[in-house]
Amino acid sequence: MDNLITQLINLFAAVILMLAFAMLSQRRILTLIHLFTLQGLTVVASTVAVAYVTHQHHLYYSAALTLALKCFLIPYLLHRLINRLNVRWDIETLINIPTIMLIGIVLVVFSFNLALPIAKLSASIARGTLGIAIACFLLSFMMMITRAKAVPQVIGFLSMENALFFAATSATYGMPMVVELGIALDVLVGVLILGVFMFQIREQFDSLDISHLEKLKED
Amino acid sequence: MDALLLVFLTPLAGALVLALIGHRAYARDLNVVFSLGTFLAAAALTVRIISDGPLFALDKQFFIDPLNVFLVTLTAFVGLSTSIFSRPYMRVEQDHGKMTPLRMRLYFSMYQLFSFTMLVALMTNNMGILWVAMEAATLTTVLLVSIYRTPASLEAAWKYFILCGVGIAQALFGTILLYMAADRVIGDSADALLWTNLEVVKMQLDPTIMSLAFIFLLLGYGTKVGLVPVHNWLPDAHAEGPTPISAVLSGLLLNVALYAVIRCKVLTDGALHSPFAGNLMIGFGLLSVVAAAFFLSRQKDVKRMFAYSSIEHMGLMTFAFGMGGPIANFAGLLHMTVHSLVKSAIFFAVGHAAQQAGTQIMEDIKGLIKVTPSVGWGLMLGSLAILGMPPFGVFASEFLILTTAMRELPWATPFLLLALGVAFAAIFSRVQEMVFGQTALKPLAHPPALLPVFVHLGLALMLGLYIPPYLDVWYRQAARLIGG
Repeated sequence: MDNLITQLINLFAAVILMLAFAMLSQRRILTLIHLFTLQGLTVVASTVAVAYVTHQHHLYYSAALTLALKCFLIPYLLHRLINRLNVRWDIETLINIPTIMLIGIVLVVFSFNLALPIAKLSASIARGTLGIAIACFLLSFMMMITRAKAVPQVIGFLSMENALFFAATSATYGMPMVVELGIALDVLVGVLILGVFMFQIREQFDSLDISHLEKLKED
Repeated sequence: MDALLLVFLTPLAGALVLALIGHRAYARDLNVVFSLGTFLAAAALTVRIISDGPLFALDKQFFIDPLNVFLVTLTAFVGLSTSIFSRPYMRVEQDHGKMTPLRMRLYFSMYQLFSFTMLVALMTNNMGILWVAMEAATLTTVLLVSIYRTPASLEAAWKYFILCGVGIAQALFGTILLYMAADRVIGDSADALLWTNLEVVKMQLDPTIMSLAFIFLLLGYGTKVGLVPVHNWLPDAHAEGPTPISAVLSGLLLNVALYAVIRCKVLTDGALHSPFAGNLMIGFGLLSVVAAAFFLSRQKDVKRMFAYSSIEHMGLMTFAFGMGGPIANFAGLLHMTVHSLVKSAIFFAVGHAAQQAGTQIMEDIKGLIKVTPSVGWGLMLGSLAILGMPPFGVFASEFLILTTAMRELPWATPFLLLALGVAFAAIFSRVQEMVFGQTALKPLAHPPALLPVFVHLGLALMLGLYIPPYLDVWYRQAARLIGG
């Protein structure tokens, strides 16, 4: 039974990685939010699986916290935001998706190499997934670099947080509860502030294109 | 214990109260009162530390040791003087129509909340809470950077949020790895992230995990320190936000971020038995000093120029702590103190000067000494102090860092001297034109608060000539604690 669940955790990890790739190449903002919600849900599922196998009760709490935050509250806020900003059906032009995907694959190989020497030191049952967590972290980072619009950049930022949460369950059995609460609070406040920000940017520039924000150059 | 609680409950209460009534005329006085309360609590705490020694509070979650005691006092002190400076400064901004009542409420309450997050970051014993507080410090200041809602300020704030957000995410990954290393030694408990516990077992922490963790922690917290090449947010945020915020960002937040790096370095050094962490810090520090000096010489905006000067000085401190050893660590701690005193004093003077001229472009600010001699003198003396002229404290710390570098890393000394020389030539010539020369500026409607400028410069002068015995003892103990 336990063996089966360990396999299940690996499966969830693979799904999380696939979703990270899907987000990297997704051009529709609405689909991007759906993918983000799905990624959050998969992270929660794998956390519950780890908690079930190892009887670490505090992992249930942090899974519940993530479920509330990443699958309900933040997606709800994002949906409201894109409705109010009227960008629900926006499609972003992404150049060179094949190149981006290839760089992504290189990042995954790099992450597995990086994780190899430390993953075997981990006590967690999900230690094999540490490489995937690092890969997702770097893929979200790349997503933030390649996007020119504000909302996808923010989703990249949030997906990076997903990857970190997943890394915490694969490296150890999650962070101490007080730290997790603090992180959750920071993420929530961060999303609210970014929401306020997007209205300010739109008011000033009549657009949510971050490429307008390149006046302040190093000189 | 009571004083310790008061130190961070006062600004928290201040944030709540000022969020409700920050738009009233007396709110600016109330802001000073709350900052004064925080400072008095910090002073009481310091007195207790002098008589009783280090202490723990709240189930060991908070602690005061020689490394953070003077930083807590310094943070509370600069917080107080900046609140005094922002009284007339913000009144002028209101007269110019740049601040609406709603923005005043936001400003005051976020100012107090920012003090709160920095004090929590300094006093917490838990490396996870340290991360949470550092991230919260970004969140509280990001809306202040964009408070004028100009295109440039929005851009600066967006950059600040995204770059520091990415940076701090790396620091979180570093913290997760740190917890993983601790987990193998201490066990899976909530206390495994307490710095004092980690310090006891630092020899047994796994070297592979710790070296990877330190790279992420240095890159992450280093973004907030403003180390080159992850410094891009810093000049923009300093130049576009209100000047009191530039003063606290430069004087305090950068210090707190460097403090976090130092705490991590102590643990990594213990685990690795090699100068790996120190070498990384030397590399980043030296690069920051040199790059910032050259960027600085090309600036036209006065606040941007002094922001690059902050990067240069933070690089110098990182370099000093990277070298390690009792003298370099002592010099680094002294430099932290005098830099934050002098740099915030400069920003106070620059703020008043820019308000008189109605611009931050240096070419348009001329002859300050004729219109308001005190502002002109403040800027001139502050610049001389930050450029390392004796007898100010910056001279003492830079002298110690340079002599140690000559002994330990002779190859690095020419780069340091070159950078300091370039910075001197650039800043001195610009400031001279701003202070002297013909002028068409008009005095300010509200008398500027220049007491903080001269108190800060006086303290920096005192530290150059005489260091009080207990401060000397703390510096020495902290320098031993950092080791290296």
